Amino acid sequence: MTQPVSPPRGADKVTPVSEPPAWRALAFRADVRTLSLLGVLAVLILIGGVTRPDEFLDTRNLQLVLTQASVIGVVTVGMTFVITSGGIDLSVGAIVALSSVWATTVATQEFGFAGILFTAVIVGVGCGLVNGLLIAYGGIVPFIATLAMLASARGLALQITDGSTQVVTVDSILGLGERDAYVLGIPPLVLVFAFVTITGWLVLNRTTFGRRTVAVGGNAEAARLAGIDVRRQRLYLYLLSGLCCGIAAFLLIVLSGSGQNTNGNLYELDAIAAAIIGGTMLSGGRGTITGSVLGVLIFTTITNLFALNNLQTDVQQIAKGAIIVAAVLVQRRTANTT
Amino acid sequence: MAPEPPLLTMSGITKSFPGVRALDGVDLDVQAGEVHCLLGQNGAGKSTLIKVLAGAHQPDDGTITWQGEPVTLKSPIAAMRLGIATIYQELDLVEGLSVAENVHLGHEPTAAGFVVRGKASRASTAALLKRLGHPEVDPARLVGDLSAAQRQIVSMARALSHDVRLIVMDEPSAALDPDEVDNLFRIVGDLTAAGVAVVYISHRLEEIRRIGDRVTVLKDGRAVAGGLPAKSTPTRDVVALMTGRNVEYVFPDRPLAPAAGTTPVLQVRGLARDGEFEAFDLEVRPGEIVGLAGLVGSGRSEILETIYGARKPSAGQVSVDGRTLRPGSVRAAVRAGLGLAPEERKAQALLMLESVTRNVSVSSMSRFARVGWIDRGAEFRAARAATRELSLRPDNPAVPVRTLSGGNQQKAVLARWLLRGCRVLLLDEPTRGVDVGARAELYAVVRRLADEGLAVLLVSSEVPEVLGLADRVLVLREGRVVHTAPARELDEHRVLDLVLEGSPVASAGSPTGSGGPATGAGRPATRADRSATGSDRSATGSDRPVAGEGSQAS
Repeated sequence: MTQPVSPPRGADKVTPVSEPPAWRALAFRADVRTLSLLGVLAVLILIGGVTRPDEFLDTRNLQLVLTQASVIGVVTVGMTFVITSGGIDLSVGAIVALSSVWATTVATQEFGFAGILFTAVIVGVGCGLVNGLLIAYGGIVPFIATLAMLASARGLALQITDGSTQVVTVDSILGLGERDAYVLGIPPLVLVFAFVTITGWLVLNRTTFGRRTVAVGGNAEAARLAGIDVRRQRLYLYLLSGLCCGIAAFLLIVLSGSGQNTNGNLYELDAIAAAIIGGTMLSGGRGTITGSVLGVLIFTTITNLFALNNLQTDVQQIAKGAIIVAAVLVQRRTANTT
Repeated sequence: MAPEPPLLTMSGITKSFPGVRALDGVDLDVQAGEVHCLLGQNGAGKSTLIKVLAGAHQPDDGTITWQGEPVTLKSPIAAMRLGIATIYQELDLVEGLSVAENVHLGHEPTAAGFVVRGKASRASTAALLKRLGHPEVDPARLVGDLSAAQRQIVSMARALSHDVRLIVMDEPSAALDPDEVDNLFRIVGDLTAAGVAVVYISHRLEEIRRIGDRVTVLKDGRAVAGGLPAKSTPTRDVVALMTGRNVEYVFPDRPLAPAAGTTPVLQVRGLARDGEFEAFDLEVRPGEIVGLAGLVGSGRSEILETIYGARKPSAGQVSVDGRTLRPGSVRAAVRAGLGLAPEERKAQALLMLESVTRNVSVSSMSRFARVGWIDRGAEFRAARAATRELSLRPDNPAVPVRTLSGGNQQKAVLARWLLRGCRVLLLDEPTRGVDVGARAELYAVVRRLADEGLAVLLVSSEVPEVLGLADRVLVLREGRVVHTAPARELDEHRVLDLVLEGSPVASAGSPTGSGGPATGAGRPATRADRSATGSDRSATGSDRPVAGEGSQAS
């Protein structure tokens, strides 16, 4: 791509290029990735339709798949932001657990629906704040800071519950999970997921916050020298991830009707995996909410298919691992062709 | 020269990287038992050439012949098998391993597939170290605990642990003190006496005179001279070949009346950072280009980055339009109207995955945003206007910035600050990695921006660039300003005198130009009579002194 060495005068007469091939290739590649993810999802649905035609395509089952995807999906949206910025949040599962048990203590439940929602969100944001402060201003690498949060939040969750399941007795919460609450056949949890997804997509792609996230992940030093407050941006990103965990915890409370210290187990791995197979770069600088959500849907569908076909969870785990490796290999190949 | 075929012949070696042609048909031949010196400025292609020779880069074109046989060096291992060893400038040692383990890294003595840790390895390492004149280095010690000179020895021991016929040394003397350099030369002498060829890269011409047999000079990816006799070629010829600037140093005209009357936009008072520079004073007026000349390590870039707030000063202050900036805050500097085009464009300025538009708009995003929501149409149009103003090519800011050439990437950085409406532009090595032809264009752009009222502070390791582009020049040595003068009253020779040794001016009068608040015309150029006339707009530099290569050292 070297410019021909031309005298400075020649600069005046450059015909504007309307659609440069490089830009086209980039857009095309993004489409290819989304399309291939959709293709995988379509194949999975086909497999489900063939092997278990009655159970899989049943409305209730599809509602169930989407509801299950909602909880991890909301976490993944937050994780996508963090990974795009070049960070990582290993504490999401633990934060979901802590939020869910804190929001379902007897004391909290006395404040009813609002109390539970508020507590879940505030605990999530609070944990995110601690993560963010440690990482942005304490100079601790994200891996270590969130690993410490993982351990502490799980420990605190266990301390609060003493290992017992906290059953939710607030009717308005439980009612959200009932069929009566469905809007046009869509469970309210799925609507929340859709809302978070759309908001996340808009924020990442259309706002200064999203741009700064990408800039920090792509080249933190360049972002700093361009006048971006990199540390504050990092703080906000972990706050955002914490917020998403709080929302996910609330969804989980609605879904399970309880709070448990074992909630959100291995969510960090599922969320990271979904983001990575979706096309978000683990090194930062490129992230896609669409890809992440498709990644979540693919994983959830696989889980559902395996359950319907009476395959054990160990087989599921192996399949997931294989998919992660395959997705990353495919991505590297497409990346190398440009 | 020698009747027998050369040990190594490289011919027509070409290698391109995105945006730059690093090597363009380079020829090199090396005889057994000679010291062949490779000379050239930064970016001339020396590193790329030796990486091709080491098998680390694959050439796009050209042939390599080894002892008369054509070969391809597919990997560093392939090169090593032939007997080519490379000692890189950034030493490639593993700090957490011992000396012996480093020496045998990649070809560990094994028994039944297991690495033998033990006496044999340590003994052979000790023998090598002894041969290299450093028997005091303990093979069992961790490399991380060694001094720079000792690491160099370890690196050399590693090279010699193979059956080596050719050793490439990339600026081996850079980290050594004089005694150690003597030892290095003794080793080189031993090697060549044993028939080993050495390709020796250095900026120091006097070293090349001492140990070199022949010299090949690289410039802009071409071998401008091959196989010159190292001891008898006149220095000025070698320097002229290295710099050979006839094309790129075409500078735009200065305005006749420098912006003297106007109030300075940038004021720096007593700025200092411990161990880097001290008591730095500066005023830059709108329309003025001020240059900082000095060697690497003189504090040039550090001063620039401290003014910009990227480093925190230990004393002093920076003000723009009379308002003092919060020290150590890039954001405060940017808000006040400062813009930096940093030295390492890719690492410090550009978002390489992003489009030109986003690279240009990154510092002015909020202008296109309402409650954080970006109006992408307005953003694109503004970025296009800014890049068109600088005739950035291709004329489409939607392309990824990594597909641009070096000169156009630099323009994207300038467009960023143009769009931001910055008042003071700080340029750190603005033409590094920029093609010859594109340089003149960049110079013109910078001058035009100054004519339009920008204040520019320029740092460059190329003295002619500072002299040709700036209105006023501050000469730095070891963190202090030793001279200030209008650029037209200085010439390259004089600047190099000031930069390298004590200068008559500095030793006779006050030691620095930083004592008082005045900088501009405060210091009369006492030796202006011997300097070149101000009308000489294209320096040819053929009268460059021996010391000249000092300005290329880095």
